Amino acid sequence: MPSAAARVVLVTGVSRFLGARVANTLQADPGIERVIGVDTVPPATSLGRTEFVRVDIRTPSIAKVISAAEVDTVVHLNLVTSPVGPRSKMKEVNVIGTMQLLAACQRSPDMRKLVVRSSAAVYGSSPMNPAVFGEHDEPVEAPTSGYAKDAVEVEGYVRGLRRRRSDLTVSVLRFANFLGPGVDSPLTRYFRMPVVPTVLGFDPRLQFVHEDDGIEVLRRMTVEDHPGTFNVAGDGVLLLSQALRRAGRSYVPMPAPSVSALGDLGKRFGGLSGFSPELLRWLMYGRVIDTARLESELSWRPKYGSEAAFADFVSAQGLGRTAPLELFDRLAAALARD
Amino acid sequence: MNAHHEDERFGGDEGAQVIPLNAARYDEEPRRNPVERKIASGLAFLRRRLAGDYDVDEFGFDPEFNGSVLLPVARALYERWFRVELFGLDNVPEKGGALIVANHSGTLPIDGIMLSVAVHDHVHRDLRLLGADLVYQVPVLGHLSRKAGHTLACHSDAARLLDKGELVGVFPEGFKGVGKPFADRYKLQRFGRGGFVETALRANVPIIPCAIVGAEEIYPKIADLKPLARLLGVPYFPITPTFPFFGPLGLVPLPSKWMIQFGEPIPMDEYDANAADDPMTLFNLTDHVRENVQQMLYDTLLRRGSAFF
Repeated sequence: MPSAAARVVLVTGVSRFLGARVANTLQADPGIERVIGVDTVPPATSLGRTEFVRVDIRTPSIAKVISAAEVDTVVHLNLVTSPVGPRSKMKEVNVIGTMQLLAACQRSPDMRKLVVRSSAAVYGSSPMNPAVFGEHDEPVEAPTSGYAKDAVEVEGYVRGLRRRRSDLTVSVLRFANFLGPGVDSPLTRYFRMPVVPTVLGFDPRLQFVHEDDGIEVLRRMTVEDHPGTFNVAGDGVLLLSQALRRAGRSYVPMPAPSVSALGDLGKRFGGLSGFSPELLRWLMYGRVIDTARLESELSWRPKYGSEAAFADFVSAQGLGRTAPLELFDRLAAALARD
Repeated sequence: MNAHHEDERFGGDEGAQVIPLNAARYDEEPRRNPVERKIASGLAFLRRRLAGDYDVDEFGFDPEFNGSVLLPVARALYERWFRVELFGLDNVPEKGGALIVANHSGTLPIDGIMLSVAVHDHVHRDLRLLGADLVYQVPVLGHLSRKAGHTLACHSDAARLLDKGELVGVFPEGFKGVGKPFADRYKLQRFGRGGFVETALRANVPIIPCAIVGAEEIYPKIADLKPLARLLGVPYFPITPTFPFFGPLGLVPLPSKWMIQFGEPIPMDEYDANAADDPMTLFNLTDHVRENVQQMLYDTLLRRGSAFF
């Protein structure tokens, strides 16, 4: 009979930033006997007492790992959101990987909890969308490409598993964009560009979740029982123009086709990640999610609001504060002296 | 945060007095002459804008930008061009959620902008309008509309705003109203599908009927180029006496005389919880509101007399 608390936890995508940090947090919990991390490549940093198993979750061998270790809790963090390599590979990892993992979970008699990292991107970005998304709201235009579409499909398979194994505690977390000192994503690379291209005539509302808050949510979901789907984001909203000004970045508004052409150029010649269609849409229409449900479920609020998460990212990157502002300060000071 | 620092810097030699942020902008240093004060507050404003040091709400509403950039432009039109007169201001609650339901006209939705100036300047509340999705597809217009506090006309946005106790404005006629030919002026079109009544019932907020007279004459639409409209993906392409024959000059609205009348609030709390699920109640209420607005339109039209003077 499995005990109430998580005993053996399996973390997927452990070699990447989020997975490694979650594994590190979970292994510090004395209530958890074993933390098993799986990924296709060895982790770059030490994982401490987390046992690393090199296995591709797209193959049935993941089922062997789960049954051999009597895993009772799976934390699925393998959603690849940055386009590295061809799109078909990304889709393989995201969708086929999840299918295999969920198939293994369904089979295992020890399984009792599944925590899935999804993305607020499932809501898409559209001028026809409501300003704020609750967990029950359906997007007017579902995302049709990239990891956003993968996330929609992943959630579909998770729903299927939830139906077939109603004894499982399943938590699906729709995260806003992660930001923080340790995050490296298409978004952070975008903000770090020497001159940031924005889409002419659009100023989207953005929300961020600080990495520490994201990890705390994942930890709480793993060690406590919170079944359901939850939006996760920092409080408050930043406009893109506002964020760029706060970061002291210079930006050039240009028509949408030029932005995506520029992204393609950067991808081809500059080794950059380019602008995926869903990122471009996000930079036009933005997206805001309502986190009231998470806050009432956990009786907890994210430590960092969207603004604070962004500020932390900015200071960690050494950005911020530009010459014109100092000019203003000097002018104001001169005026005050008179 | 930086705004505090600014105020301290400007007001530092006055001693450590606690002044609320908004007030600080106007009377931070009574000792200084008005021009200098203006320059200082102008500098502080520009600095805040440049540093991104301002707040927007989840709908993208930027009160500072709205108050110091968008509203002054609209106010000039409101006061000098359309010479708007208001009636029944007492009917707009000073606090708490309420839904203003108005007629829509004028080919371009200038009436919404004038209504929000009226409410801002004379009721001292921010009016949150519900706009068509077309607004949010058009570059610039979409984000300016959000910065002015408006959002998409959908049930969840409206319900959210009303739950937060905001004053929400809606034009249930939509494109049918704003784009109707000049010959049909002041004839209310169908009030959508009555979704606004359902929203008000669920949020349990009063509906305030509102008649706007004057917007019909700003761009008299005498013909509609349907094929061109289809090509451009807009609901109509208007021909007015001045547009497109006078080019961009034709975009100057005719200086009609405006009157805005707010009617008595129609309370929703006498209906029970299931009323919002009863289509017949919704139809009846929608008709009631519509007749109310139509009657006010006729009355206000009589009161106004000549359209331009």
